[in-house]
Amino acid sequence: MLRSVLRASAIPRVQSRVALPAIARSIHISARVQAQNVNDYRANREKFPEDDISTRYTEGQGPSALDKASQSLLLTELVRGMWVVLESFFRPPYTLMYPFEKGALSPRFRGEHALRRYPSGEERCIACKLCEAICPAQAITIEAEPREDGSRRTTRYDIDMTKCIYCGFCQEACPVDAIVEGPNYEYATETHEELLYNKEKLLANGDKWEVELARNLEADHLYR
Amino acid sequence: MTINSTINSLLEALIVIGPLLGSIAYVTIAERKIMGSMQRRIGPNKVGYYGLLQAFADALKLLVKELVLPSNTDKILFVLAPMISLVCGLLVWTLIPYGKGLVIADFSLGIVTILAISSVAAYGIILAGWASNNKYSFIGSLRATAQLISYEVVFGLIILLVIFFVGSFNLTTIIESQKAIWYIVPLFPIALMFLIAILAESNRAPFDLPESESELTAGFMTEYSAFPFVFFFLAEYGAIVFLSTLSSILFLGGYLVPGIESNGLMTGLSLGFKTSFILFLFIWIRASFPRLRYDQLMSSIWSKMLPIVIAFSILIPCIVKAFEIY
Repeated sequence: MLRSVLRASAIPRVQSRVALPAIARSIHISARVQAQNVNDYRANREKFPEDDISTRYTEGQGPSALDKASQSLLLTELVRGMWVVLESFFRPPYTLMYPFEKGALSPRFRGEHALRRYPSGEERCIACKLCEAICPAQAITIEAEPREDGSRRTTRYDIDMTKCIYCGFCQEACPVDAIVEGPNYEYATETHEELLYNKEKLLANGDKWEVELARNLEADHLYR
Repeated sequence: MTINSTINSLLEALIVIGPLLGSIAYVTIAERKIMGSMQRRIGPNKVGYYGLLQAFADALKLLVKELVLPSNTDKILFVLAPMISLVCGLLVWTLIPYGKGLVIADFSLGIVTILAISSVAAYGIILAGWASNNKYSFIGSLRATAQLISYEVVFGLIILLVIFFVGSFNLTTIIESQKAIWYIVPLFPIALMFLIAILAESNRAPFDLPESESELTAGFMTEYSAFPFVFFFLAEYGAIVFLSTLSSILFLGGYLVPGIESNGLMTGLSLGFKTSFILFLFIWIRASFPRLRYDQLMSSIWSKMLPIVIAFSILIPCIVKAFEIY
């Protein structure tokens, strides 16, 4: 009994009545009435007699033949659909004028790759080859040997951008935030060769985009 | 004398055809812009201010394209078909009164002539489908033919009902007889059905089965390119503009301005305004509804619209006779 009172609580009922147009409401109510037990149904009928669709259809108070005929002859459903279209007609378009306007990018956006440096100018990459190992497209090729000062650095760091699937695993794998995918997505070229990035290109990207890259990493660091 | 009359006829033709081609060009732009707005897009906006020269750019593109005559086609019919379509599409405009007396050919059987010419125009589509020797074209033209024949019945019956009120087949008389009240008021459900019938007559969405691009590529126009395609395109949009004009003549009082006795420019503007309203309705309907299935198309005409129109064409004369309205 308590459950039935709770289920028939007034707030959702009022909301549904405000939100739905007449036809959708009757379908909505009929579905709900079927779902409830007889006690709920009686309680509802006392509270909201106009919603009681069982009497509407069993006692011959449904839409009359004249109603139905006039609705189909005067194309009311079609006109209602056309009204929706006309409403859209008077609303502003969603179009983004692309080369002049650009959409907002998430800090997690995975665009063109870049190799970052420390503020001192020392490159971050320590040639651990975790990115090469995890790359599902095998787009990364790394060769490494100790530098003159004994630190371990890459001699070669190539990414085939035409193989890359932009999954972002390389930046997830990187322990020093060296390889990252930046916010740049406008680097289409006319030849395949131009998309075979080497270490110089990646480091140059890092220098070029460092401000944005650092800001994006900062914005997202709590979730990593 | 003869030279003068020849020049006169040429001028008349140019005065009608020039603005007509312009209106067809701008109907295509209007369609793309209005459909764009209805789908919350912008539509063409690069060629000319606000995209207003887009149609001319498109026409130029089509005209510089290669004219392809596929080797399996029946060459003569293949070239003849678009010509029939375009000539019939332009010919009907001689019968339209743009004002009192502003009509090239004021036939006493004007509306019957229009029906005859628009039936001949269907040959353009049939021949195109047959001559192309292509299954898509063939199916498209068969569908177009079946659809035209079916809807011509309702189309003709509704026109007959209007003619019953007027007592004349002359278009000027039909317009002048609407001075008291536009026929859309006494014939309201009939006017709605006329709108549906002209949608089907001009092969427009949601009745564009003859050229349904998802199943028949472009229907009877599949094999056409360059000039012949432009001819079909002009004929198709010309038919849309023409049927809008015809329905504004039959139901919206044609060139009459309500409440004012006017002539000259005002009458032309009035006709243009009413036609534009119906053209907007055409585009609005195209933006709103999906294409019908072929059996729905046929059942809606033969088992729904035709009985209703026949019922009305009995009922309305009975009412008129019983109350001696005319």
